[in-house]
Amino acid sequence: MKKTLLLTITLLALNFSRAQEINIEHVDTFGQKPIPIAMSGFTGEGAEVLKFDLTVQGFSFVTPDAAQYLISGSDAGSITGTLTDKFAKRALLSRSYNGASLRRQTHAFADDIVQTVQNFKGIGQTKIAFKAQPSGNGAGEIYVADFDGHAAQRVTTDGAIVAKPAWVPGKLAIYYTSYARGNPDIFYHSLSSGQRRVVAGYSGLNTSAAVSPDGGKIAMVLSKSGSPNIWVCNADGSGLKQITHGDEDSSPTWSPNGDWICFATKHNERRRLAKVPAGGGTVQYLNTVGAANPTEPDWSPDGKWIAFTSQMGDFNICVMPADGSSAPAVLVSGQNPAWSPNSRTLVFNRSLGYRQVLSVLDVFTKQYKDCARATGSSSQPAWAK
Amino acid sequence: MKMNQIVFPLALALAATLATTGCKHTPVKITQIPGAQPRNPNDGNNPGTLPPGGALPSDGMGGSGNVPPGGGNTADPTLFENMIKDPAALAANTIHFAFDSAAIKKSEQSNLETVAAALKSSASDKLLIEGNCDERGTDEYNRALGERRALAAREALAKLGVGADRVRTLSNGKDKPTDTSHEESAWAKNRRDEFILLHPKAGV
Repeated sequence: MKKTLLLTITLLALNFSRAQEINIEHVDTFGQKPIPIAMSGFTGEGAEVLKFDLTVQGFSFVTPDAAQYLISGSDAGSITGTLTDKFAKRALLSRSYNGASLRRQTHAFADDIVQTVQNFKGIGQTKIAFKAQPSGNGAGEIYVADFDGHAAQRVTTDGAIVAKPAWVPGKLAIYYTSYARGNPDIFYHSLSSGQRRVVAGYSGLNTSAAVSPDGGKIAMVLSKSGSPNIWVCNADGSGLKQITHGDEDSSPTWSPNGDWICFATKHNERRRLAKVPAGGGTVQYLNTVGAANPTEPDWSPDGKWIAFTSQMGDFNICVMPADGSSAPAVLVSGQNPAWSPNSRTLVFNRSLGYRQVLSVLDVFTKQYKDCARATGSSSQPAWAK
Repeated sequence: MKMNQIVFPLALALAATLATTGCKHTPVKITQIPGAQPRNPNDGNNPGTLPPGGALPSDGMGGSGNVPPGGGNTADPTLFENMIKDPAALAANTIHFAFDSAAIKKSEQSNLETVAAALKSSASDKLLIEGNCDERGTDEYNRALGERRALAAREALAKLGVGADRVRTLSNGKDKPTDTSHEESAWAKNRRDEFILLHPKAGV
């Protein structure tokens, strides 16, 4: 598998001058029709949550006549719901929920619908972290929230520039950048104990922490060697090693097997995406033909995709197969894409006037909905996995 | 002690989640949703106090005191502690850059010479260079570009005889614009290096 990937990428690199010949075959992959569904009996918060959760997971809400599936039930006090396959004329799911809050009951019902109809684990009960700036720029704080932006809680009280939170896989802990000490430093922050500490506070830039899939290592951008490059260290900051030596490297992201780090760089005065073995080695440039000025790559947890931001006048969210087998697809306007744990949804930020809002995108139908707002401008989301 | 208090409810919550996701097609079943709604979303009075809200395991790294950051091998940040910032002294010598470029323009040479002269005339002073970008790049790309701009000025100053160990760089990316309007005249002002003279504290 690894050999095949390596070979493909090598061939791509050799063939780069003829890259335009690569087929663009994403029309079907990313233009899928949503599944028509109709809802009755839900009125307030329950209806709102079901609409949000199911729209960003491949469903569209239609009239009962046009629907393939029907949801009926009630959100009076607690959630009771039934999912019916209209064509098969039978109930697929019938459940009541209690405990926690009505919102969380509804997220659980939405997850059950997604699992029943689409056979994948839903995102209704997942969390995100992000950066929020009250005045749109300058000082901000790191927040965590439900994936739809609700129940937002401030993590930092630095009153300083903050950046790029990253979750530790499977743990209630994040890394992020804060200028709290007068310099961009990388902090490790336990969300359960509330304690934090500096893991990278070298001279110059310390930013863009990305946690390896096993949680054992951190990739990040440091400038201590004289230019911004990718470095890797252990989770506690020890064992530091320089991985790249380009002029201007940014935004490292790990392959799910932990073998590779993909990042943004400049090569021959052009912005490129590249990947490098996580222990250091030869840099391989990725083919992003059709999506100019790529930055901010994020590798999907299933290993199949790399999402990134392309800048062609506006910022655009793009997705390409990680093996380079076809050209990137340009999905919607926005920046900072981050994959959900199930590798089919992205959270990103998009411009709304002159501020940024978080939005959740169903990659395969290109349907998206804006998250609830914490304060001012929100950006750089990271999805807990 | 504290860890146990947190881990236990979380483990229960996880177990409950697993239990409820086990069976799918059973008609009318009560599904218990774990965890309480987090309280007071915006009431973080302490740096980073956060009640555990979701069904995620604990961080497992404990939460001990501060680990001192490693020493940089270019300009040790500790050498710049306790110095007084004097942003006014060299405010007139801010240099500007072309779009998406960290190359120092020839027209900025006289500003760099002024900055170099100021440092040479006072051996105890040091310098902070803050690199900045306009809003037309992505966040972390611009954070790297801003650092490149600051490092480019440090390199130019080294050629003018200012020791690199007297110069600290800091990138604000696009987070600290001097003009927040959205047009080229603002962007041109924002693509800049600011020079902040650092004086030793009196008596130090």
